Amino acid sequence: MIRVEHFYKNYGPYPAVIDVSFEVLKGEIVGFLGPNGAGKTTTMRTITGYLPPTSGNITVSGYDSVKYSLEARRHIGYLPETVPLYLDMTVTDYLSFMGKIRGMNSKWINERINKVIDHVRLGDYRNTHIGKLSKGYRQRTGIAQAILHEPDVLIMDEPTIGIDPIQVVETRQLISELGEAHTLLISSHILPEVSAICPRVLVISDGRIVADDKPTNLSSRLSGTERIELGVSGVDIKDLISKIRTIESVIDVRTDTRAEQTDNAKKNNYIPIVVDSKTNENSPEKIAKLIVDSGWGLKNLTPLPMTLEEIFLQLTQEK
Amino acid sequence: MKNIYIILSKEIKTYFASPMAYIVAAAYLAITGFFFVASVSDAFSEATIRGYLAGATFFMIFMSPAITMRLIAEEQKLGTLELLLTSPVKEAEVVIGKFLASLITVCIMIFFSLYFVILLYLFGDPDSGPLFNGIFGLILYSSATLAIGLFASSLSPNQIVGLVVGSGILTSLTIIDFISTRVSGIGSEILSFLQLGASFSVFDLGSLGVAESGHFADFSRGIFSLIDIIFYLSVTIVFLLLTILILESRRWR
Repeated sequence: MIRVEHFYKNYGPYPAVIDVSFEVLKGEIVGFLGPNGAGKTTTMRTITGYLPPTSGNITVSGYDSVKYSLEARRHIGYLPETVPLYLDMTVTDYLSFMGKIRGMNSKWINERINKVIDHVRLGDYRNTHIGKLSKGYRQRTGIAQAILHEPDVLIMDEPTIGIDPIQVVETRQLISELGEAHTLLISSHILPEVSAICPRVLVISDGRIVADDKPTNLSSRLSGTERIELGVSGVDIKDLISKIRTIESVIDVRTDTRAEQTDNAKKNNYIPIVVDSKTNENSPEKIAKLIVDSGWGLKNLTPLPMTLEEIFLQLTQEK
Repeated sequence: MKNIYIILSKEIKTYFASPMAYIVAAAYLAITGFFFVASVSDAFSEATIRGYLAGATFFMIFMSPAITMRLIAEEQKLGTLELLLTSPVKEAEVVIGKFLASLITVCIMIFFSLYFVILLYLFGDPDSGPLFNGIFGLILYSSATLAIGLFASSLSPNQIVGLVVGSGILTSLTIIDFISTRVSGIGSEILSFLQLGASFSVFDLGSLGVAESGHFADFSRGIFSLIDIIFYLSVTIVFLLLTILILESRRWR
């Protein structure tokens, strides 16, 4: 659906995007993750035909974004970061204008407006001036606009930025629903959001793609470490930590300070610790053996996936 | 074509849904009415609309940029321009649609001021030639000023910048005759050729020191002058092209 090949974009002499290639297949939901200024918005604007690439090819639904720009744009629903709305129009008027400008006939527009307004749950506000809507409802109007013309491809730039937590949850849910019928590319710098919605994540940093994988795979494949939480009873904490450190593949051992863990530990009378170790060296097995052989009580051993934040930091700082 | 119409009708709706159009129209009628009355209230004054036209061409220096200032600046500020230009719409269609919307709005204002003409026919015996030629010229003149205003609106997301730059360009093209009389040779001719339409003259007491001049002068005298028509159309086209260029400039920046 979206194919980006060796895409470069310079602003004057400054490179914003460097040799980015990826493909988003029909029905995929792909998260586009990166810190501010990494090139997310530039890439999205180029896919939508707002900016031309400096070099490289981008096709949407088979149409080149430069040569057949108008045709390509017909297949795209786009929600820019700023959520562009005409504040002095009502929701219905706005949607109707956006439909007309995309070449929909009036019968199709009327049908779709009703459906879309139901879909984004804007029913009570259909005749309200957009300027009077709260930020979350404006966001929904923006989403309604993007899906109005039943596009193959939906591109959303930071769709949950600046709205309150309850509305974030609702918007996320809405986006997940949209993923059932559309090919979706969502940008974000908020990590849990991407892992909550997207089965596949592209990480971009300083204009380059640094990772392209499932959020769960990212952790073990790219970090090179695995992490387990341990609960051990019947031993002094210093003893425990120094003994575990003697295992070769172990990188780091420390007390688990997360609140829920310390609570659990107090209740069940064990010492909570976290162990980082090299992947593929059977470290959990070795640790378990050590504890059992030493005659301590093994109360808990759970593998912990690294959080996206940590992976993200690691990925973006490596380069 | 269809896209031009869609944008045009949206802009016209926006104009008349906000108080802006009514305030500007009221000011236009008040000021041109004032000039009209001043020019025909002498004991032996002519039954012409030259006072009205002088007032109108003068007032449009400020009115045209005020009408066009939001057209592109606001879209830039709200970010809707990005949405518009990622829809299957060309830059030229956006610019032409918006320009035509402002021109139609001004034509509606001119239409409401035509009761001056009716008054002339009721109480005098006006010469129809210069009268209708004058109105025709006024529409051409407004199209040139609106194109300049639209261009100014495209320069910045700030509407006030659009207003100031637009009025600035129009004021320069109005007082350019002061400069042209102070230089000699070809320079003077080029400068006086750029004289847009209105001018200030201490001798024109009938319309309070404001006079039609430059390319507008012949219209209000009833002369159908092709070169002036071409001049106004050229200014309109040049500034619309510049506006389109500004919108497209994001592509090579």
